[in-house]
Amino acid sequence: MCLARITSLIAFCAFYASGPAWGFEVEGNRTYAVDGAISTLRILSTADEAAFGPIIEAYQSSNAVNVDYTTASSSEVMKAVYQEGVTFDLVISSAMDLQTKLANDGFAQDYKSAPTAALPDWAKWRDQVFAFTQEPAVLVVSKAFFEGEILPSNRNDLIQMLRENPDRFRGKVGTYDVRTSGLGYLFATQDSRNSESFWRLTEVMGRLEPKLYCCSGQMISDVASGDLAFAYNVLGSYTESRLPTTDGIKIAPMNDFLSVMLRTVLIPKTAQNTLAAQQMVDFLVTMNERTDVVARSGLPPIDPAVLAKNDALRPIRLGPGLLVFLDRLKRENFLRSWTNSIEQN
Amino acid sequence: MKALIAKGSIRRNLVVQLAIVAAILSLALFWLVRGVAERAAEDTQDNILAASATSIADAVQSGSDGITLELPYSALSMLGAISQDRVFYSVMIGGETLTGYDDLPTSDRPFSTFEYRGDEVRAATVVRSVTLDSRPSQVSVTVAQTQLGLAAISSRITSTTTAIAVGFFILATALSLVAAQSALAPLRRMTQAVERRGPDDLRPVVTETPTELVPLVGALNTFIARLRTSLSRSEDFITEAAHRVRTPLATVRAQAEVTHRRLTKPEHRQAMRQMIRAIDESSRSVGQLLDHAMVTFRADSLSAAEFDLNEVLAETCDRLAPTAELKDISIRRSIPKTPFLFRGDRILLQSALGNILDNAIKYSPEDSVITVSSGGGEQYILSIEDQGRGFGDADISTMRQRFSRGSNVGDIVGSGLGLTIADEVVTSHSGTLRITKNEEGEGACVSLVLPV
Repeated sequence: MCLARITSLIAFCAFYASGPAWGFEVEGNRTYAVDGAISTLRILSTADEAAFGPIIEAYQSSNAVNVDYTTASSSEVMKAVYQEGVTFDLVISSAMDLQTKLANDGFAQDYKSAPTAALPDWAKWRDQVFAFTQEPAVLVVSKAFFEGEILPSNRNDLIQMLRENPDRFRGKVGTYDVRTSGLGYLFATQDSRNSESFWRLTEVMGRLEPKLYCCSGQMISDVASGDLAFAYNVLGSYTESRLPTTDGIKIAPMNDFLSVMLRTVLIPKTAQNTLAAQQMVDFLVTMNERTDVVARSGLPPIDPAVLAKNDALRPIRLGPGLLVFLDRLKRENFLRSWTNSIEQN
Repeated sequence: MKALIAKGSIRRNLVVQLAIVAAILSLALFWLVRGVAERAAEDTQDNILAASATSIADAVQSGSDGITLELPYSALSMLGAISQDRVFYSVMIGGETLTGYDDLPTSDRPFSTFEYRGDEVRAATVVRSVTLDSRPSQVSVTVAQTQLGLAAISSRITSTTTAIAVGFFILATALSLVAAQSALAPLRRMTQAVERRGPDDLRPVVTETPTELVPLVGALNTFIARLRTSLSRSEDFITEAAHRVRTPLATVRAQAEVTHRRLTKPEHRQAMRQMIRAIDESSRSVGQLLDHAMVTFRADSLSAAEFDLNEVLAETCDRLAPTAELKDISIRRSIPKTPFLFRGDRILLQSALGNILDNAIKYSPEDSVITVSSGGGEQYILSIEDQGRGFGDADISTMRQRFSRGSNVGDIVGSGLGLTIADEVVTSHSGTLRITKNEEGEGACVSLVLPV
């Protein structure tokens, strides 16, 4: 399955629409029906139902619209829209690069409204891609492992700590497998752009027989169970929502930089229920006014005040810069370098 | 006289023409400024596209495993920095797409504009040679960007330029109004200079005149000169005629007197008396015509000397006392001893007072009184008041006109020049002739009101 994903990812990154029509891989589908619904809003999303369900229900409390919610991985979402022309009314994805590419290559339609106009400039692109969450990549550590120790506060400290105690950390380090995880790839490429220390860290982690994951959830569980000492670049929003119910994990306060992923929404050109889609966009971008929804979904809304408080937070910039790491050669080179660094045994 | 019909207006023509010029200039300004500004905006986009393509071309390397390319992050992010336009790129090597959008058209020219994926894009192409399999090969990098950002800039430029052009037009038109106004000022000045003139002022116009109006003023002055010549010729003629008639009339009167004495038959004597009276009237009219000619002449070039008005008034009374006595009319003088010093033409005032008193005697019944008085103060008032028949119901204001006579004087021969002469004299001395009804019963009161 992993291999198939890589191949498909590489294939669409090369912009070839040739070959047989691939059905994209759906992870889940649920219909949220509501009494007296006048239409159906079809959403294709990467966010799991647990996180997005509360948002849909809140949306439905003021809009009599059935919601058909389909989840898929970000690469499958991309494939569905870019190659198969599947018609959805709304595409929600954590893969900012792929969303940017959809907009850049003409798959999204313009939408302007008072709520979208109120978004900060860094949280929208071309009036087509709108961010509605800000989710940093964090370092999740095991409380038990670091009992009584000072936690690393930047990447250089972390590298030094790993170098000095290789035996202690061997097999106890986890991070995304950037070859299979679109989000992991996005975080890794942004790290590589932000700091030279990324490659040194990858190199050092590679020597410690790291465990590679597809998703944040499993990484958090493994840190909590003590299988891992820490997991690098875990999605902060998931960690935050797990903190109250999970013992033994902690977020290390890194102060050099934290890449902030913006979960984005766009209305495809082929959308059928444009009106409902636009209402949903307005609802999503104004989610910071609905603290109840935020609390239930665990998705932190766009809030410049939060960013202002912590200057290590760096929202990933929407725009053509994100297309660079989707370049076939660039991606190949990056993955080759990364694989060479992380798989040393 | 036929009223002048205005046809066209110099000012309006001038303003309209200047406004048209301003409109043409505004339009030219609009195109020019917009052209320059848009060129500059396009150059900016071109420069960034070229910088992007160059940085990609620089990153192309040929190694042992063929051509590699590390697409620089800045190559595309710099395009995102200036606008939110869509960005496309392709790297071709020997006609094959190495990476990027393989359907992106490439051009031989460094910059080109074409339609791609539903939008017009501007593209920069940079060609570089690399060594591939120990053979030189051409790498062509094309970076394209849609032009929505440019369109937004262009629309801003257009609205700014429109505002500038409209502002320029309004300002230029306002200035052209002022210019037209001031260009026509000499004309207005001249009109006023001509309008201000008195009815008898036939001097040439000597206002400062712009070159363009010199021919018109010259023509006007020539016309005035001709008119003046013609008028003076007719005055001269009248004077000459009066002169020629006066002397023979005197002779005829003398002869008539002699004959009257010789005649014995009452009916013959009666006829001769009537003849003598007619001759007297004729002489008087001739005298008045001469007076009038003199007044006209002297009023044009007023000689100013100081003299006593009371003295002149007393002299006039003395001069006409014998005539009054013939009709048993007594002249009552109420003239103060203090001199009323006045600057003006003594002869003219003598003539004016003489004519008024002569009129008074003529129209007064026998055995009546004429009161001659003078008063000072803020202005000199010399009045002659009779007990005659007055002016009846005739309009007093028209009495001053030449040859105008009261409506109730049909039985008395007269020329009607007396009051005209007096009025002209007074007017030329900046005074007024006041004609009122006698306050005590019948008669008229004629006053010369002169400034102190």
